[in-house]
Amino acid sequence: MIHLLTSLSLTPPPAAFDLPPAISAESPDVDWLYNMIYYVSIFFTVVITGLMLYWVRKYKRQKGDKRFETPHYPRLEIAWTVIPCFFVVFLFHAGFKAFMKQAIAGQDALEIGVRGQKWFWTFRYPNGREENNHLYVPVGHQVKFVISAADVLHAFYVPGGRIKKDAVPGMFTTLVFTPNVLGDTPVYCAEYCGAPLGYPEPALDGAPHGGHSAMMAMIHVVSQEEFDKFVKEGPKKPEGISDADWGKKLYKENACITCHTTDGSKGTGPTWKGMFGHNVELNAGLSGGMGSTMANEDYVRESITKPQAKVVMGFNPVMPPYKLSEKQVSAIIEYMKTLQ
Amino acid sequence: MAAITTDQHGHGGHDGDPNVNYLNNTRGIWSWIYTLDHKRIGLMYLAAVIFFFIFAGVMALLVRIELLTPGRTIVDPDTYNRIFTIHGVVMVFLFIIPAIPASLGNFVLPMMLGAKDVAFPRLNLLSYYIYILGATFAVISLLSGGVDTGWTFYTPYSTTTNGAVVLMVLGAFIAGFSSILTGVNFITTIHKLRAPGLTWSRLPLFLWAIYATSILQVLATPVLAITLLLLMLERTLDIGIFDAHKGGDPVLFQHFFWFYSHPAVYIMILPGMGIVNELIATFTHRKIMGYRAVFVSSLALALFSFLVWAHHMFTSGMSEYANMVFSALTFLVAIPSGVKVFNWTGTLYKASIWTASPMLYALAFLFQFCIGGLTGLFLAMLAVDIHLHDTYFVVAHFHYVMVGSTVFAFWGGLHYWWPKMTGKMYDEKTAKRVFWTVFVGYNGVFIPQFVLGSRGMPRRYYDYLPQFQTLHMVSTFFSWILAVGLFWMLFMFIQSLRHGKKAPRNPWNSAGYEWGAPSPPPLENFVKQPVFTRGPYDYHLATDAEIAED
Repeated sequence: MIHLLTSLSLTPPPAAFDLPPAISAESPDVDWLYNMIYYVSIFFTVVITGLMLYWVRKYKRQKGDKRFETPHYPRLEIAWTVIPCFFVVFLFHAGFKAFMKQAIAGQDALEIGVRGQKWFWTFRYPNGREENNHLYVPVGHQVKFVISAADVLHAFYVPGGRIKKDAVPGMFTTLVFTPNVLGDTPVYCAEYCGAPLGYPEPALDGAPHGGHSAMMAMIHVVSQEEFDKFVKEGPKKPEGISDADWGKKLYKENACITCHTTDGSKGTGPTWKGMFGHNVELNAGLSGGMGSTMANEDYVRESITKPQAKVVMGFNPVMPPYKLSEKQVSAIIEYMKTLQ
Repeated sequence: MAAITTDQHGHGGHDGDPNVNYLNNTRGIWSWIYTLDHKRIGLMYLAAVIFFFIFAGVMALLVRIELLTPGRTIVDPDTYNRIFTIHGVVMVFLFIIPAIPASLGNFVLPMMLGAKDVAFPRLNLLSYYIYILGATFAVISLLSGGVDTGWTFYTPYSTTTNGAVVLMVLGAFIAGFSSILTGVNFITTIHKLRAPGLTWSRLPLFLWAIYATSILQVLATPVLAITLLLLMLERTLDIGIFDAHKGGDPVLFQHFFWFYSHPAVYIMILPGMGIVNELIATFTHRKIMGYRAVFVSSLALALFSFLVWAHHMFTSGMSEYANMVFSALTFLVAIPSGVKVFNWTGTLYKASIWTASPMLYALAFLFQFCIGGLTGLFLAMLAVDIHLHDTYFVVAHFHYVMVGSTVFAFWGGLHYWWPKMTGKMYDEKTAKRVFWTVFVGYNGVFIPQFVLGSRGMPRRYYDYLPQFQTLHMVSTFFSWILAVGLFWMLFMFIQSLRHGKKAPRNPWNSAGYEWGAPSPPPLENFVKQPVFTRGPYDYHLATDAEIAED
């Protein structure tokens, strides 16, 4: 019976009720199970509620009702204990089988590194290229995500692929999916990870606000040719814009914007307005008082790559370390210089 | 044959003065502060849990208002996170865990046993003050900035974020001891203080449920205490048990936390099921079908609840093998839950059914527990859970179990025992209108949330994509209907205290043992030591006089 029922999932699944459009080869199995249990639930709810309402009406208390001992129906009781046992064994088996398809990667799976940090996603391709909040994957090719976290727990959630896995500091977790529909699909963070102060813009254009809820990325499922072309290009400065403008773009894409304001207002981190080229007071580190330091090129570089080294007074050491190229750091510095 | 040998004419007080009862036998504020009477302690718990329910309920309304529109509606993201954390922490630790056992349970448990009080009255009072102390720490934490961790306190977020996390955790830690002591007290009372004739096979089903709950409280709460203690040490001394950078493991915290908090789900739901058993028996005038199967399922649920904690962690990075084992064990829960639902429904067949207001809550419980239980099957199934985990589907699922089941049972029980507790009736017509308002409001809030979750809306989100707005608006709109219903209920009970008709001994024509005592009962509950010669649901053996109003 189990074989018969699970093999049904190989035929086209019924339209998924209230599930987002499926974009992966593994989704139909999940959708089939969801729909099946959905209709089973509706059936039981209707039967039980229906009987309840019918009997409440039919056996309404009348004056002079005799009071009887409740009869026993041993066979009925055994039946409603034993039959569900078989049903739940089937559910367990079917659920586990579909789950394992998203857990085991084939030999030639494309490995993509996923790093979660407050409050954006970084994707790393096999050739070492890293990109924030936009992930390109080739259609029809199995992808294995290797997921990690830089600060606190996050969860990599792709509703279109029916996949989700926590990003845990200090360990790597994995997920498998095979995109089979061209187009874009969102990634959410599904493990609560806090919020910045105030109401800053999210790192991804069009994403919701608010830290945890702003931690959205976009998966672009593209053809193999487009994917190969994208991966070969290094992180390049867009054509025809100044270093300072590129720095401004990076400021948003790397989610600097969620903690550092540029208008002097208070944020989770110090504002960048009037910071560059001035002295900043520092929090006392473990080694004792740090005093103050000049916010020059060297300090900015250190604060990007090793944010905990010298934290501005009054702020918590919560910033994750960044891996930016020489050119990108310089562009951000140029942008900071404009904020006087 | 008088099964319940008591004075049936409302004689109260040790002097036999019918006008002296537990509410007026001593007077003044100190007579309440120092009271050892389980009934007064029950009322004091009731007042406290209702206060915290209203407080945390207002927080829920704020959450719903913020989610009315995408973007900023009333508060900043950081404030929003603090609000939903308060809602969760207060509802779980200060409302729903003590709500039924410590308030209604405290009041009726000795009466259902034919006892004068619980086994350890002083311990009972101590539990209350420990609970108040824990609540005080939680309130101090709120006043000093609050907490933005969510009620689950997951590390490493909870060890690195700002705010009064240690105070809040300390509050939950202290409140836990209250729970343990109440559990010990109730277990002892059920073992030692049963009246003559009250055999185990005659024990009211509410007490079987309280008994199973107490075992959970005694066995599981210490794990929470240790977990919270470790969390406090981690935050204050930075020892690194849960910190990956120091060789610790953040997921270990989740194992510890759910090892308590899953059984805690049953600490919340079992007493609710117990109340529903009492309501269905009284208002159908018969014993619950399969009495034995029903209490065995209570005990089975208590046992299974210790074996399924990691089903909260299917996406946490646990091994696939562990996921498989916990998925299989989780499905076991479906069997006793199903047995209970079938027995409750079956009891209605050919019964004599009175749909008084408490019974309406029991019937709503049945409907909503079906939904809560069946949506649990989605979440036990591994592949489907992966999609639904940490979305609004889970939020709706556990609110169907916690609110739609437990809290509806609590309201049903409150209506049911209100005349016994206060000696006053409430207005039945108003109560029915309140019920329908609450029922419509409640279901309107949470049914859209199932759809939101299936469509991929994650929980604990301050803001969302425009595609989710319609459903969020529907949910928020119904939250106002629910709020109106609940404030109306509060007003109705206050009106009852002020102008309510005097309650007869047995307004619901029940054969239950507690209804043998006058309303409100005298200090030591029964005028004479009761001797039970029949079960509490043996309506065919109960005399007409026993189930008459007076």
